[in-house]
Amino acid sequence: MARIGVFICHCGENIGGTVDCNKVAKSAESFDGVVFSTDYKYMCSDPGQTLIKQAIAEHKLTGVVVGACSPRMHEPTFRKTCSEAGVNGYMCEMANLREHCSWVHEKGEATTNKATDLVRMLVGKVKNNKPLSPIKVPVSKTALVIGGGIAGIQTSLDIANAGHKVVLIEKQPSIGGHMSQLSETFPTLDCSQCILTPRMVEVAQHPNIELITYAELESLDGFIGNFKARIRKKAKSIDEKLCTGCGMCTTKCPTKKIPGEFNEKLGNRTAIYVPFPQAVPNKPVIDKNNCTYYQKGKCRICEKFCPTQAIRFDQPDEIVERSIGAVVVATGFEVKGTDFFPEYGYGKYADVITGLQFERLASASGPTLGEIRRPSDGKIPEKIVFLACAGSRDPAKGIKYCSKICCMYTAKHAMLYKHKVHHGDAYVFYMDIRAAGKMYDEFTRRAIEEDEVKYIRGRVSRIYEKNGKLIVKGADTLLGAMPVEVEADMVVLATASVAHNDAADLAQKLHVSYDENNFFVEAHPKLKPVETNTAGIFLAGACQSPRDIPETVAMASGAASKILGLFSQNELTREPVVAVVNRAAPPLFSTCAGCFMCQSVCPYQAIEKEEIKNRAGETIKTVAKVNPGLCQGCGTCVAFCRSKSIDIQGFSNEQMVEEVFALLNND
Amino acid sequence: MENNIKVVAFVCNWCTYAGADLTGTSRIKYSSDVKIVRFPCTGRIDFMLLMKAFAEGADGIIVSGCHPNDCHYTSGNFHARRRWIVFKSVLETFGIDTRRIQFSWVSAAEGAKWAEIVNTTVERIKELGPYTEYRELAGVEAP
Repeated sequence: MARIGVFICHCGENIGGTVDCNKVAKSAESFDGVVFSTDYKYMCSDPGQTLIKQAIAEHKLTGVVVGACSPRMHEPTFRKTCSEAGVNGYMCEMANLREHCSWVHEKGEATTNKATDLVRMLVGKVKNNKPLSPIKVPVSKTALVIGGGIAGIQTSLDIANAGHKVVLIEKQPSIGGHMSQLSETFPTLDCSQCILTPRMVEVAQHPNIELITYAELESLDGFIGNFKARIRKKAKSIDEKLCTGCGMCTTKCPTKKIPGEFNEKLGNRTAIYVPFPQAVPNKPVIDKNNCTYYQKGKCRICEKFCPTQAIRFDQPDEIVERSIGAVVVATGFEVKGTDFFPEYGYGKYADVITGLQFERLASASGPTLGEIRRPSDGKIPEKIVFLACAGSRDPAKGIKYCSKICCMYTAKHAMLYKHKVHHGDAYVFYMDIRAAGKMYDEFTRRAIEEDEVKYIRGRVSRIYEKNGKLIVKGADTLLGAMPVEVEADMVVLATASVAHNDAADLAQKLHVSYDENNFFVEAHPKLKPVETNTAGIFLAGACQSPRDIPETVAMASGAASKILGLFSQNELTREPVVAVVNRAAPPLFSTCAGCFMCQSVCPYQAIEKEEIKNRAGETIKTVAKVNPGLCQGCGTCVAFCRSKSIDIQGFSNEQMVEEVFALLNND
Repeated sequence: MENNIKVVAFVCNWCTYAGADLTGTSRIKYSSDVKIVRFPCTGRIDFMLLMKAFAEGADGIIVSGCHPNDCHYTSGNFHARRRWIVFKSVLETFGIDTRRIQFSWVSAAEGAKWAEIVNTTVERIKELGPYTEYRELAGVEAP
């Protein structure tokens, strides 16, 4: 006979302010099977947990229902409390009285009644709970890092330096990401490449890091500690072992006018190319879409000139498989296209450029070797206008969130311009200056006060060309929305940073959640910022939301430390929420009829055939058997089983039916 | 008892349960006539349980899980969707009012959508009133 204890938490005012917790606890006393019921201010606190432990001992409880917050928050806490007091942790369930009740309903009798119902439902479920023990699984101590920007580089180095293997995959021919494109970084104005490239080299030379560039994740199967990653190595059309990176092919390639991605289309590259001089690995790839040989069947000039005969035109894509214990997603961001702002004339006027293009102009390794020259005629702009929030914080036309980095990089751009063109005039149109961060506000003040950048609070309505000048029409809202007109030589748009266009596809491959903006979702916005809801998959950097370099690096190290914690164990314990096929005495053995419908629907190939044999070794019956190491506990097989022979621990048919019936039979 | 209708929501742990948690964290209000039952996946939901719930006194049911392609377990929601399509036509053949069952996708990031689905479903069920016909049919005394 079940002896259930009910513990109602007030969560301070969070539940207690809306729900009459004392009344809920009183009502619960009359539920079938309940022998003890009480309420307390903070059940998750130390005294609260002690209260549960004492009640378990005093009333010889066999099951516990805690009416508090979401089980996604504190289920592990209370299960641990129970097991410490001698009751199997899986005999404890939580009724969600906060997220699903007190926070979503007004104070009143109806809300208290609902809370009582929720507790009644879970009491019904617990009566059918069975003690379970966690499953142990081994851990493959290799991490997969997706994305070789600063986030991926930092995570990889942290994990590799701690002595574990890392597989780092990067979509582009070189690692480095957006950071390698930047000229200088705020708020210190130190050179981005100078701090990044040594780390890139370290990654390439690290004995624990396997670097796979020009590659994408094909699929990821398995579960925490035991993933199988299939990685597509796109054909580079060169033999990497033979190639010395001499660069002969790139100088000889006749197709020279392809707008280069690294220089944000402000410079050209060849069809066989190394994205930038400091690329890691510093070996070329052939861009098949632009190569004359691949397109027209003639050329092969690179092959002719290659001193080591490393060109391989017939190289196919290759799929490699790796056993992985944990994954870090560090795929970063993309700059939103400007075509949704036709009034700013991006694409129409050559001298309206994006922030990232300005970085390339200001960079010593850029197309102008660091001189600020406008793309149209190569003249040095005397007057330059920066538009902050080009797309950000604009729910009507752009995106509704703040891209976070634009205020700072716009101030940086204006400063870089003033440092290079001393007599020039720099204007910034802004909505607000958001410069929260160490030395950040000081930095923007410096741009305004020392470098005399003219900040105008207001938005720009239109940009058009007149007599060779770009006329920027805007308003100054600090002067009562007075119209402002600036005759500029160049305009820089601080375009919004958005998730990659294939972010949703990747999220689906990894089974992690993504939000309405296609950014990946963390497990808890405050307490689990680097974890995802899928165990063993972690996030780092701007793929979770726009963020700057210091935050990205901190998050990357955070993800690495989580993985190192995981890899410090030889075995992981997994929730025993797995399916089981019932067993019965002979001659039945099991109610399973061996139709194997379950096998056909199982997404994890966790269902095997088991032959039941007699003493003579003859097969009497073939039944299904679940491999608990592979089963992830989705329960699809349970709903499909026609003879109700397969059931899932923790969410069994009995438990679910009782939970529903307890609610419906409350009159 | 006329106004007191019972709506049971069968939701998956990874998307809709988390989405409903977000509704709470965002303090978006919705009708208290709905009670959530947590399943690991919509693929786990045996639709016969829906009929048992109607027989025991449920007036309306919501089944909600991850959007197509977003299932934590790869394909559970597809199985649920397929089952629902077949099940719905069976119910309609039997003359059971399928307006009492709301099938939807709510992701972990769609707190507001959850509140909206609950409210519209509760409103519709209130219009339809208590589901006494089925309870009588199932041989269970109407409360």
